[in-house]
Amino acid sequence: MIVAEQKPLAEIDKLIGEAKKILVVGCGGCVTVCLAGGEKEVGILAAALRIKRKKEGNPLETVEVTLTRQCDPEYVQQLEKYVTDDVDLILSLACGVGVQYLAERYNKWVVPALNTKFAGGSIQHGVWEERCGLCGECILYKTGGICPIIRCSKSILNGPCGGSQNGRCEVNKDTPCAWQLIYDRMKALGKLDLLLEIQPPKDWSYARDGGPRKVVREDVMIE
Amino acid sequence: MTLKTTSKLERLLSEGHFIVSGEVGPPKHSSPEGVIKHATTLKDYVDAMNLTDNQTAIVRMSSIAAAVHVLQAGGEPIIQMTVRDRNRIALQSDLLGAYSLGIRNVLCLSGDHQSFGNHPNSKNVHDIDSIQLIQAVKNMRDEKKFLCGEEIKAHEPRFFIGAAANPFADPFEFRVLRLEKKINAGADFIQTQAIFDMERFERWMEMVRERGLHKRAAIIAGVMPLKSARAAKYMQQSVAGMIVPDSIVERMEKASDPKAEGVAICVEQIKHLRTIEGVAGVHIMAVMWEEIIPTIVQEAGLYPRPA
Repeated sequence: MIVAEQKPLAEIDKLIGEAKKILVVGCGGCVTVCLAGGEKEVGILAAALRIKRKKEGNPLETVEVTLTRQCDPEYVQQLEKYVTDDVDLILSLACGVGVQYLAERYNKWVVPALNTKFAGGSIQHGVWEERCGLCGECILYKTGGICPIIRCSKSILNGPCGGSQNGRCEVNKDTPCAWQLIYDRMKALGKLDLLLEIQPPKDWSYARDGGPRKVVREDVMIE
Repeated sequence: MTLKTTSKLERLLSEGHFIVSGEVGPPKHSSPEGVIKHATTLKDYVDAMNLTDNQTAIVRMSSIAAAVHVLQAGGEPIIQMTVRDRNRIALQSDLLGAYSLGIRNVLCLSGDHQSFGNHPNSKNVHDIDSIQLIQAVKNMRDEKKFLCGEEIKAHEPRFFIGAAANPFADPFEFRVLRLEKKINAGADFIQTQAIFDMERFERWMEMVRERGLHKRAAIIAGVMPLKSARAAKYMQQSVAGMIVPDSIVERMEKASDPKAEGVAICVEQIKHLRTIEGVAGVHIMAVMWEEIIPTIVQEAGLYPRPA
């Protein structure tokens, strides 16, 4: 899933500025699962903002809505009845995709309440970790199911580099060396010979360059 | 034996000389004075000198520019080239430029992570890795092709290709296999991480010999003279990919003249390294202490150097 994290309250307050009435919009997708932008977080954030402004003698009106998903036009449409003339801005608790979908659909100032962090999962209650670099051309079959693109701090395809010591990455002693993990797994699976092959340079044209990437499935397109 | 390049380093290795190389750190400013001074001092004591490429991710004069000053001072430069700051387009462009300026040796590296340097907020590149860079430099030379496969129609750059090896990193049993990958990719010479744990280095060399790698590439052993006990402790505790045995730290602590002791340890190491089968030379990394290199070379009995 997409893992996100709420911005500090002071920063969100600054983004809202002098707005009197705001729509606080949550998302029922990934950010609900990672406890950053679901219905519950919408309620808590809206209350915190109201209290702060009330204390300052500048009360804020909030309207709280949580959509099933903000990355889907069908659900984004459901927000229409709340987007009234007196709404000064929309505060989105979705990932960067949801924020953009709202901005595309509504003629209002839309600001993000979250920092979108990465594609990952939970490793223990309250801790999420990155797993996928979204590089567009999966090579996990070459590396025993461990991604060096995002888990190695230098994205090395022929690792490990000389900074791997005691299973840890030189950049941060709390980070396991991805290539040590790959080595251990390949060894355990009897596939060390695969690591002796020189992996050629990666084709980054599938990755982040060249404007937004698109997936087209003609078989499911209508018309 | 026909030589692949016009590198002096390659020629001396092919003639069977025990090589001595040194290291010069380019300055954090734009005056060439220091580089020229070091190159002038060192040129008769080392066969080649490395110019580091923004080492520890701190902005310094480019290794290629510094290498030109070394050339003009009469030295043989080895440019270090990391894949941290440049993509495949810039790397190949700089290789063409470096060769056009008379540089004949390149050491291909990953590069220290930017978080260690003075621009920790920068974005790293890592378009290709060090092994892929070795392969690219070799293909430019031997296949006359750019990395994309396009032909280099004339004046291909013909570099003598170096790579690094760290016998002190993990997983230990894979280090030699990764060295083999580098040699398969095209490395002609190898410079190792600074050696303090001689026992581990010897075990590593044993594995190198078992696989015959010392016959396919020149293994140049890295040494680093210590200036103080504090420096020894720092290396031991804070530098990833280094192993400094307690015995060395203790020797430095007990010494009445730590600098002289550091030189003595380094000279002992060099003398010992010369006896290890498959070690083709030593690389002296006297960080911020380049002026000590002539003393070490002389005391190790490696002076004068071959022409």
